[in-house]
Amino acid sequence: MDRQLNFLVAVNALVLLAAVAIAGTDFAGIYNLQSMAVQVPELGLLAIGVTLTMISGNGGIDLSGIAVANLAGIVAALTVPLWISADDSPMTYAFVFAAACLAVGLLCGLVNGFLVSRASLTPIIATLGTSLAYTGLSVVLTNGSGVRLGYIEPLDNFGHMPILGIPMCFAVFIVLAVIVGCVLRFSPFGMRLYMLGSNAKAARFAGFNQIRLLMVTYTLSSLFASVAGFIIAARISSVKWDYGTSYVLIAILITVMAGVRPSGGYGKITCVVLSAVALQMLSSMFNFLNISNFFRDFAWGLLLLIFLWVSGIDLRTLFALRPRAGS
Amino acid sequence: MSDFTWGNSTSEGAAWPKRIVAWLVRHPPAFTLILIVLVSVIVGAISPEFWQISNIFDMARASVVTGMFGLGFLMILAAGGIDMSFTAIAALVMYWITTAVAAYMPSMPMPLILLMAAAGGTLLGVCNGLLVHYLRAPALIVTIGTQYVIRGFLLTFIGTELFVNVPTSIESFGKYELWQVETDSGSIAVLPAYVLVLVVAAIVTWWILNRTLMGRAIFAIGGNSSIAERLGYDLRKVHVFIFAYAGLLAGVAGMLHVSSNRLANPFDLSGSELGVIAAVVLGGARITGGSGTVIGTILGVILVTLVNNVLILAGIPSSWQTFVVGCFIILAGTVFASRERT
Repeated sequence: MDRQLNFLVAVNALVLLAAVAIAGTDFAGIYNLQSMAVQVPELGLLAIGVTLTMISGNGGIDLSGIAVANLAGIVAALTVPLWISADDSPMTYAFVFAAACLAVGLLCGLVNGFLVSRASLTPIIATLGTSLAYTGLSVVLTNGSGVRLGYIEPLDNFGHMPILGIPMCFAVFIVLAVIVGCVLRFSPFGMRLYMLGSNAKAARFAGFNQIRLLMVTYTLSSLFASVAGFIIAARISSVKWDYGTSYVLIAILITVMAGVRPSGGYGKITCVVLSAVALQMLSSMFNFLNISNFFRDFAWGLLLLIFLWVSGIDLRTLFALRPRAGS
Repeated sequence: MSDFTWGNSTSEGAAWPKRIVAWLVRHPPAFTLILIVLVSVIVGAISPEFWQISNIFDMARASVVTGMFGLGFLMILAAGGIDMSFTAIAALVMYWITTAVAAYMPSMPMPLILLMAAAGGTLLGVCNGLLVHYLRAPALIVTIGTQYVIRGFLLTFIGTELFVNVPTSIESFGKYELWQVETDSGSIAVLPAYVLVLVVAAIVTWWILNRTLMGRAIFAIGGNSSIAERLGYDLRKVHVFIFAYAGLLAGVAGMLHVSSNRLANPFDLSGSELGVIAAVVLGGARITGGSGTVIGTILGVILVTLVNNVLILAGIPSSWQTFVVGCFIILAGTVFASRERT
């Protein structure tokens, strides 16, 4: 299945070339590359969460990603200043902030995982319900307005500062992606997850604990979302409940573009990262061209449909001998 | 098998609450009704103005658009699909038709306008149905895509401005009175006539689901699509039909939205799909398809409208709205999910 990988590399190269042709060589300059790299992690992390849940099959999907990210940022921004002063010890502040985000993500993920695995809710309904509940909680906590963090040096550095030319948050994203990729590929957890997604019945007879597997998968997904929440807070130094309303769509678009099978059982993290990068370049190209947000939504929707169509063709040729196997 | 469960239930005859819960799980609309009664009684006790006729009329008015959406969504859900694009369809249809009618034929009669809205919605719905069928991808993902395409198209190419010069025929349609009551305080409470559209839509939906071959096919496909296909049901026909029907109801709902608000805002209705999904799920329709009743959906719509409207009366800030609706989805999902295991 390396076709998907080649295809995505080609897409990346094409978008880069098109962008340079349209927007000029500034596009490939170090400054613009860095500013794009800063924006990839949040979407990429949400997409990795969606990918993990999609691989688990049986309609698995996580629609609550951005809600968890915003809630994590908001809870941290409201509670951490109560314990630690940002002026006195900015470094501790940043670490406790991150820990608070992760704690919220863990809690939200456990709730999602419980609903999907134990209460056997359909993933769509469970994560739709929790995404409303988490968003609602964010609204209640902030009364609907944004919370400003002010300038906190370590946080701001994390969001923007490049080390050896690579922005810190992008480096963290790549490290996390590599870890998830390795876990999926080499660990028993990954093998079981793919197995559950490709054939739930066979997985049941294999005798491993499916409830725990789903629990871990949804918890991981929310944990990644909360890391995204931390990065958002660090990058724009404020948090609001309605940040990134179209991120649910974009995260799904990234996973579909990456060739993750919506019915479960197949998906590669390398492809997800490449797909996120391609989308970010496209988005930056739109920025250079001064294209409105409304048209951008239009383009994202259209792209999603086109990639569903393209991946459908691939599947049919791959499974030409057994046309029913893919469905 | 049935013998076994029967014997089992008598031996546990003393376990009252268990049997009540089991009965409720088998009759989801009853569960919804109990929630409605509970909310009403509690809110009514806290603030007596809840029971005023004007408040009840207000809620009836507010539930029309959600109800139309809900009926279309029920049809798709019963066949095992899901639709995220109906609010975008409604927004596009209402804004485009309202501005076009105002610009070119301001004197066009309302029945013709409604017909145009229905046709426009149906057309978009057919596109949805064909895409879902031929892309062979989950309907959720396909319709999230079409939602953004439709809304992006509306806001990029049609317009983003609030439109207030609504043609008189649309405006006066929203003012027809079905029932007028003078309240104790001397003001007049009006139940608008367009609530009848919802009643008609509910009856038609009930008829299609329960009295036609299409209804059989919808439930069969919702139960197990590959078996239904082998039995000879035409999947494409059903997919196109359900999405077309949902599109039709969405188009009409969009027009009703304009005539009740007397303005067309292209940003309206966006995001309300979650409340609609909540309503239908609260009404007991299984998200994996194969079940669902019109009466349950209507009750679910009433419950969601109730929650959206009474929180303020009960002294709870409106910021809690989203949270409460989310919790209701989770609660209803959990209760009804236990049905699937039995």
